[in-house]
Amino acid sequence: MHILAFLIRRAAQAMVVMFVISIIGFSIQDNLGDPLRELVGQSVSEAEREALRDELGLNDPFLVQYARFLGNAVQGDLGTSYFFKRPAIEVILDKFPATFELVLGAVFIFVSVSIPAGIYCAIHRDSWLSRIIMTGSIVGISIPVFLTAIFMVWLFGVELGWLPAFGRGDTVTLPWGWDTGFLTWDGISHLILPSITLSSIMLPLFIRLIRAEMLEAMGTDYVRFARAKGLSTWRVRYVHAFRNTLLPVVTVGGLMIGTLIAYTILTETVFQWPGMGFLFLEAVNRVDTPLIIAYIIVVGLIFVVVNTIVDFIYTLINPMVKLPGAKG
Amino acid sequence: MAMLEVQDLHVAFPRGKRDEVEALRGVNLQLEKGERLGVVGESGAGKSMLAFAILNLIAAPGRVSQGRVMFHGQDLLKLSDRKIRGIRGNRISMIFQDPMVTLNPVLTIGTQMIETLKAHRRISDRDARKLCIERLKQVAIPSAESRMDAYPHELSGGLRQRVVIAIALLTDPELIIADEPTTALDVTIQAEIMSLILKLCRENDVALILITHDLGVVAEVTERIMIMYAGLCVEEGPTKQIITAPRHPYTSGLLKALPQNAGRGQRLYQIPGSMPPITALPRGCAYHPRCEFADNGCRTRIPPLQGGVACFNPLKGASS
Ligand SMILES: Nc1ncnc2c1ncn2[C@@H]1O[C@H](COP(=O)(O)OP(=O)(O)OP(=O)(O)O)[C@@H](O)[C@H]1O
Ligand code: SF4
Ligand SMILES: [Mg+2]
Repeated sequence: MHILAFLIRRAAQAMVVMFVISIIGFSIQDNLGDPLRELVGQSVSEAEREALRDELGLNDPFLVQYARFLGNAVQGDLGTSYFFKRPAIEVILDKFPATFELVLGAVFIFVSVSIPAGIYCAIHRDSWLSRIIMTGSIVGISIPVFLTAIFMVWLFGVELGWLPAFGRGDTVTLPWGWDTGFLTWDGISHLILPSITLSSIMLPLFIRLIRAEMLEAMGTDYVRFARAKGLSTWRVRYVHAFRNTLLPVVTVGGLMIGTLIAYTILTETVFQWPGMGFLFLEAVNRVDTPLIIAYIIVVGLIFVVVNTIVDFIYTLINPMVKLPGAKG
Repeated sequence: MAMLEVQDLHVAFPRGKRDEVEALRGVNLQLEKGERLGVVGESGAGKSMLAFAILNLIAAPGRVSQGRVMFHGQDLLKLSDRKIRGIRGNRISMIFQDPMVTLNPVLTIGTQMIETLKAHRRISDRDARKLCIERLKQVAIPSAESRMDAYPHELSGGLRQRVVIAIALLTDPELIIADEPTTALDVTIQAEIMSLILKLCRENDVALILITHDLGVVAEVTERIMIMYAGLCVEEGPTKQIITAPRHPYTSGLLKALPQNAGRGQRLYQIPGSMPPITALPRGCAYHPRCEFADNGCRTRIPPLQGGVACFNPLKGASS
């Protein structure tokens, strides 16, 4: 019951957010060049253009155009891509699996590196390894992502030739039409460099966050009390101290997934990764307005969904927050 | 042989690269089975250091730099990690000052109780739960069963301290070290919690080290008192003797400062000055800047603890 209440409240909030995003997305249309030039080329006369404009509704007042846009949008119709001549939403969603798997790969690397490293640096504060990690993380924070990316392409892709640095490799199409790269070695090897690049954006920050939170938890009275109770070192560290770092880590982690999605545009472009971000950049170059708007709205939706999930996890692990309607 | 015998205990903290300062400067203490000892002193005297050092729980960068803690004839400071863990929370339990921060906020009361039992006993989850509920009832927690699934923030400060006391009692310890167990609580429930601790110690024949800066409290609970000042024991003896006939000027000052010893309408007495920080101890008797009996000898030499008092010019005390 209470979970339902939570979801309803979140859905209402999500709708407000989506509404705002749709307005932003739609207003871009007005400010992005002339779609007719892309659509019909140079040879068409001005009168014919004007007629076409009328026909496409490009001369209607903003509000009318927006209402029409919104009406179509809620039915899943975000317009037809000028370039692909297919529904924009379809073009975007075709590329969704590629981006999703890239983000998943990045999150996987990110979680499996930052948590152990952060905990290690907190527990063995003065060891040489944690000094190296901490120094490295400062350096890491200050290097721009595209430099990391280009360096990795050059080193592993070109000089050493260990890993492919372009494209997605072999993919397998799953029954429901999802192209996955996880099922072939070629697909996975293509994923490695882009995932590392993408995760490197927040990895250093996160290692530092986990270390700081863990250090703080290790110094609390309840951890002292846990030791005074005679619990094992393992239990004191992980059940008592680390468990308490989860709240801030999940919160910041949720925010960072947003950043990470934003950086897929850059990563996908550098690695020619056929995902939504790469597509978006192409759409911008071609002034393919429906596609641009569709991208913004789909990404907005992803943000909202991710935030809801993070909120939900937060509520689950924080005993101080009770879901509305839950018995206290 | 006494149950617990602390010998010449020193605790040091690093200062700068080479130097160290001492929070405990050689403390001795003896405790028999079932005996209750009060440790009294102003803030910063080293009372908590003593408590943690007994269980070898001094947190880095601090360390026990010298001394022994003999418990039934074995030195707790020399035990392996594994062995000392078998003593902590099992044969010697602790109660901390602030129950608001002693319990882990993200774990249920039940989890925090059962894990303590399981660390020391081979016991099934069901039996452990039953025993925990029984203990919660012993410390007079209403609807004990449902409290097992509660989180600490759902309980009041008084109830939390009762939970902490219940945890301390879970394993039938021989000694409980209570570090200012009522200071953080509401005044109205302080006496309640104190008498609960006293009652449980008496009933179960548990020895108690009660740390406080309130001489009034220990007078009612403990059999012996140890007065600490700047990392040293300055006076030690039976409660009655110390309360009625203190010999160290500091003890006498503490007694005079008790509200119940001030006459009606009189202003509360205060010992002039304050205790020096361990980083700036005066030469000689650390109390001399505040002492009305201080003489030149006091300013150069540290008075040894002799006949229960560490003072060159002790007060008369009881005319024995
Ligand atoms: N990490 C530390 N580094 C340096 N000095 C410390 C550290 N922790 C404690 N001390 C010093 O050790 C001395 C003794 O501290 P302790 O906590 O034992 O005092 P206390 O008698 O328990 O006081 P209170 O009544 O405030 O609890 C204090 O002077 C304190 O400043
Ligand atoms: S030794 Fe001297 S200064 Fe210290 S308490 Fe006794 S009389 Fe006072
Ligand atoms: Mg203390």
